[in-house]
Amino acid sequence: MSLIEITEVKKRFGDNEVLKGINIDVAAAEVIAFIGKSGSGKSTLLRCINGLETIDEGSITVAGAQLLPDEIHLKALRLKVGMIFQQFNLFPHLTAGRNVMLSQMVVKKVTEKDAEAMARNMLDRVGLGHKFDAYQEELSGGQQQRVAIARALAMQPMALLCDEITSALDPELVNEVLAVVKELAKEGMTLLMVTHEMRFAREVCSRVVFMHQGRVHEIGPPEEVFANPKTPELNQFLGVTEH
Amino acid sequence: MNYTFDFSSIGSYLPVLFNGILVTIELIAVGATFGVALGIFCAWARALGPIWLKPIVAGYVELIRNTPFLIQLFFIFFGLPSIGIQLTEMQGAMLTMVINLGAYSCEIVRAGIQATTKGQFEAGWSLGMTRFETFRYVVLIPSLQRIWPALSSQIVLVMLGSAVVSQIAAEDLSFAANFIQSRNFRAFEIYFLATAIYLALAITLRQLLRGLGWWLFPRKATR
Ligand SMILES: Nc1ncnc2c1ncn2[C@@H]1O[C@H](COP(=O)(O)OP(=O)(O)OP(=O)(O)O)[C@@H](O)[C@H]1O
Ligand SMILES: [Mg+2]
Repeated sequence: MSLIEITEVKKRFGDNEVLKGINIDVAAAEVIAFIGKSGSGKSTLLRCINGLETIDEGSITVAGAQLLPDEIHLKALRLKVGMIFQQFNLFPHLTAGRNVMLSQMVVKKVTEKDAEAMARNMLDRVGLGHKFDAYQEELSGGQQQRVAIARALAMQPMALLCDEITSALDPELVNEVLAVVKELAKEGMTLLMVTHEMRFAREVCSRVVFMHQGRVHEIGPPEEVFANPKTPELNQFLGVTEH
Repeated sequence: MNYTFDFSSIGSYLPVLFNGILVTIELIAVGATFGVALGIFCAWARALGPIWLKPIVAGYVELIRNTPFLIQLFFIFFGLPSIGIQLTEMQGAMLTMVINLGAYSCEIVRAGIQATTKGQFEAGWSLGMTRFETFRYVVLIPSLQRIWPALSSQIVLVMLGSAVVSQIAAEDLSFAANFIQSRNFRAFEIYFLATAIYLALAITLRQLLRGLGWWLFPRKATR
């Protein structure tokens, strides 16, 4: 039984077919890296899994919750799978702690006390227990992104989607975020991440998906995909990124 | 220019004046509270609401913003009774202020909502919040913060504009001034005094709104 089932997914923006029949099954505790050229559809696929985009054909289910366009199904899906964004998107009017508490209270109707306990717990988990009362402008980019991770974790999702979550960070802040992700992977969280950090993908991921022109062009364990690209496109892509 | 000022003849009318001040304060308190609430609802409707509601709200906003306050007041107070809606002077004055401020604040608040980044909405949605919850808990407060100075100015404008409700004999500060002037004929003194009181009320209202801003928005807006 796969945790995430993506079957024959097609997605168009007007005449532009961005996903041309995607099939991927993800088992629980897998860590999957999506790589590929700009415009190959990586972000679009992740956004579909969280219901931020609708799909034109095919189906996506996460732990039995199916992607359907009405709010009830969307909520059920989003409770199973959280998302971390490149731009952090913390709520600027709330402290770090309140950022982590808000959706628990609004969506899950958790009491304020329990939400706070969970928030402290999650902030501890990303190494920011001492920043409970800090607002976003008092946090570095890396810290903001870790709060965003804590915020998603507090909803206790079964999987997390990460779309280039270190791309907006100064290079010296990238590692503190990747360290948190690595820890999550170790604890068995299912992770789907779009990333340009090839070294990280090689170390942490169970599979690598190379996307090309809206299709899964190659998929396999990192050793295979990186050491032994089967297609000229992947070969060229790896050549481009590694020099 | 050898006019002798004489404020003493106002003394016996102080209760009238005082009552007028209270009425003006009451008008702006009710007008601002419900007017801004109506404005927020309309801003939500225009920016994020259902398709069918948008043209209705747009029509209301354009109607109010392109007609004089005085005519709106007359229409509500003298016009509505013809279709069976009788209002007291105070009710007519309050309703007109709410409807007027509702339209202006709609456009101001809408500008604040539209300056919200897509990422804020998506963060709310991806956490499982509905569209309405995302608006209410994520988008609204930073949106209000962005436009708070403009909204405050509009509220003060409506307070000053409320002077015309004396035209339907709502007994506000300007009504009191007119009344006193018609009795003691000291037009200069009484309107001088009324001007000073309006000025004091406007400054106080601005300070109150600024304080409310500090309370509502403990942090500076960063996006
Ligand atoms: N909202 C949208 N409306 C129209 N076209 C879109 C939209 N979002 C994405 N696209 C198009 O879909 C295609 C795939 O975009 P996507 O963002 O998924 O690529 P990506 O692989 O994530 O690229 P990058 O590495 O640059 O982030 C692109 O051609 C893009 O222009
Ligand atoms: Mg992308």
